[in-house]
Amino acid sequence: MNELSKRKWNRLLSHNEFYIAIIIVAICLLIEVRSGQFFTPNNLVDIVRSGIVPCIFGIGVLVVMLSGGIDLSFVPIAALAMYITNSVMLDTGFSGSIVVPFLLAGGIGIACGALNAVVISKFNLPTMIVTLGTSSIFTGLLRGVFEAKEKTASPILMELGSSKLFTAQNADSGLTSDMPSTLFILLGVVVVTFILLRYTTLGRGIYAVGGDPGAARRAGFRVTRIQFFVYCYVGLLAGIAGVTRTGMSQAAHFTSLLGTELTIIAATVLGGARITGGVGTITGTVLGAFLMTIVSNSLVLIGVPTYWQQFFTGALIVIGTGISVYQASKKYRGSLSLDERAKEELG
Amino acid sequence: MEHSGDIILKAEKIVKSFGGVHALKGVDLEIRRGEIHCLAGENGCGKSTLIKIISGDYVADSGSVTLNGTRYTKLTPIESIGEGVQVIYQDFAVFPNLTVMENIAATQTLMEHKKTVNWKHYREIAQEAVSKIGFSIDFDERVENLSVANKQLVAISRALLMSAKLIIMDEPTTALTKKEVAALFKIIKNLQASGISILFVSHKMDEVYEICDRLTVFRNGENVITTDIKEVDQKKFAYYMTGREFKQEQYTCAHPGETVLEVQDLGLPGAYEDISFCVRKGDIYGITGLLGSGRTELALSLFGMLRAKTGRILIGGKQARIHSVADAQKYGIGYVPEDRATEALFLPQSIENNMIVSVLDSYTDKNGVYHAGALRRLAEEWRESLHIKIRRLSDPVSSLSGGNQQKVVLAKWLASDLRVLILNGPTVGVDIGSKYDIHQILRDLAAQGIAIIMISDDLSELLPNCNRMMIMRGGRTVCEMDTSSTTEREVANIISDTAARC
Repeated sequence: MNELSKRKWNRLLSHNEFYIAIIIVAICLLIEVRSGQFFTPNNLVDIVRSGIVPCIFGIGVLVVMLSGGIDLSFVPIAALAMYITNSVMLDTGFSGSIVVPFLLAGGIGIACGALNAVVISKFNLPTMIVTLGTSSIFTGLLRGVFEAKEKTASPILMELGSSKLFTAQNADSGLTSDMPSTLFILLGVVVVTFILLRYTTLGRGIYAVGGDPGAARRAGFRVTRIQFFVYCYVGLLAGIAGVTRTGMSQAAHFTSLLGTELTIIAATVLGGARITGGVGTITGTVLGAFLMTIVSNSLVLIGVPTYWQQFFTGALIVIGTGISVYQASKKYRGSLSLDERAKEELG
Repeated sequence: MEHSGDIILKAEKIVKSFGGVHALKGVDLEIRRGEIHCLAGENGCGKSTLIKIISGDYVADSGSVTLNGTRYTKLTPIESIGEGVQVIYQDFAVFPNLTVMENIAATQTLMEHKKTVNWKHYREIAQEAVSKIGFSIDFDERVENLSVANKQLVAISRALLMSAKLIIMDEPTTALTKKEVAALFKIIKNLQASGISILFVSHKMDEVYEICDRLTVFRNGENVITTDIKEVDQKKFAYYMTGREFKQEQYTCAHPGETVLEVQDLGLPGAYEDISFCVRKGDIYGITGLLGSGRTELALSLFGMLRAKTGRILIGGKQARIHSVADAQKYGIGYVPEDRATEALFLPQSIENNMIVSVLDSYTDKNGVYHAGALRRLAEEWRESLHIKIRRLSDPVSSLSGGNQQKVVLAKWLASDLRVLILNGPTVGVDIGSKYDIHQILRDLAAQGIAIIMISDDLSELLPNCNRMMIMRGGRTVCEMDTSSTTEREVANIISDTAARC
């Protein structure tokens, strides 16, 4: 193997995405061997279906984490945006373009995100504290001011959720699952975010700020503006995810949504996003989100009871994030690396 | 004498105060086209403040900066960059998480106000920049995985892209090995040959002599002298920087006491083997060798951070079991590490807290309550006896200069009951005045009967301050000697020549 391909190989080995992909394949095979039910058309469609909303959330979380911050308020933002949008649609009996509820929810999301951004940049406070606070504020608004109750989805969102690309059937059991059209929403989010992060100066600025805000400022990046954008973007994605979820579950159920933020953050970290900022990919995030989905959806196929699923999810988070921390520490410290450093010096 | 076209930068009567502190009291600096100019002075003399004024980060209270013939009284960062000024900061201001290619190319595309990224173009830009200083590197590697020297070269390549006419390097050799310093100096010479001026900020005298043409010295925010480097010798240079005369005699130990620390056939596979030596009361024992010779691992083993696999360590004639830092402290062994900022100090904590941390236990009663008053008196005592220049003990350690930080590290150990003190690079990044103070402190401690082991690259520091020393190479002792019977040249030969013995 020549020097260059060896380096490329090493780089691949140092990426979390690689390990997550291996773990996913291993779990899929394990479930298939034990149950014979994993690689059935309806199960695969079910997994994709349950992965859509977590993936959209995860991509939002990824963008904040890349910038070196963290957002704990995206789930309450989604709940608020989805509740208000759905109520407006219900009350007005809206039946026009599907774009309208997305615009409305996205707008609410951006407004909430902008509030986060203003507080963070104006007072220079830690992002975790600010978003922890605003997450309570948004939940409070939802329950107090809007006196939110669980409602069914408005007709237009019902329509969105029931529109399907195809139906998959399990030949043995006869069970069917629909592949929802909302898959295209996820694809859209993936493509737009990918282009943003990879091919725009703004997107590279997000990475730069996450790497070293001081250096970013000196290089000429407008750090405050970039941060402002980041929190608005998460708000936007939260709004979109909220509406998507309402359609797919045919109801604006916010109680089951609230409290899922940590699982989504964990999935993003599992996918290789560095919690201190600057490192992470969309591929990793999508893989991380699907790994979580597979674990919580499919372990039941091999007869693992629900409470053990929680156990496995937790173990995955600890092991997965543990691997990335271990790799980072191996690079910097320990007697082994002392020797390596010495060899480098002499060689 | 020369006409103004030859002068790239002229700073005149620059005054800058922060609150009530006068950082610069009307200093001048003049740099000619294509020269390597050294700006020297102790920490806190105003060097960094002047750099920040030249780069436009700070605005001077009064005075002017003339760049390429244009006079500015309020220079902005954009104007400074536009005039071809580039600063290589000590932290290099690179993005650790991004690739080499992006680090080099990003600033240029930002200056061109591009909204999108063309990766092919990035690669071309990076290629061009790197070829200017003839350095080869994997463009797709993340900068965090590079050595310090390569990070610096990335920063220099980036600076060259901005059509630099004056490159300011703030203490560029601090974290480099000797080989890397030599490579850097070659690059600096090449830059000079292509007509770029370099402002080299440093207080390392040997380097200044090697690389610089002219020298400006600041002291306490004032000009001391600007002169050709050939006009000053080392003694004068030290005097200009500190305003003090240093007379350092060879350290000798006329009547060594009993053996405090004895090491017998100590070995740790992959790091060092068959190491034997002893240190007596009154000895200052030097250990030198290249990085990677095993000297640091040996020190870490004596302090319990690594565990030797073979051989034994005797303290006061009795075998010692040193398996952890707590064990080492129990035997009265103290360690001053290479990198005090991350390994020895709690930077955001107060000076007092840093000094007392190693004795907290012995000043705590059985209910876990500690004697704040007694501890404060103790910290005051050390501040006095070590001449630490601070305003308040409650200030954070991060606000101190390198030399004073090192004194706080010493105080931390001296506060505990110490028998052996191991120092790894005791004066790295310490200015010359504090360096002298620290050497005096070590001599005093040796006189009080503490066995001192000093590990250093710097032979001009090691030889006069140690009475005995050992040279390591490839994990083995190649030589043990009395420092009075050798010279720097001889020791340097033994260190680097793989065949030499004594």
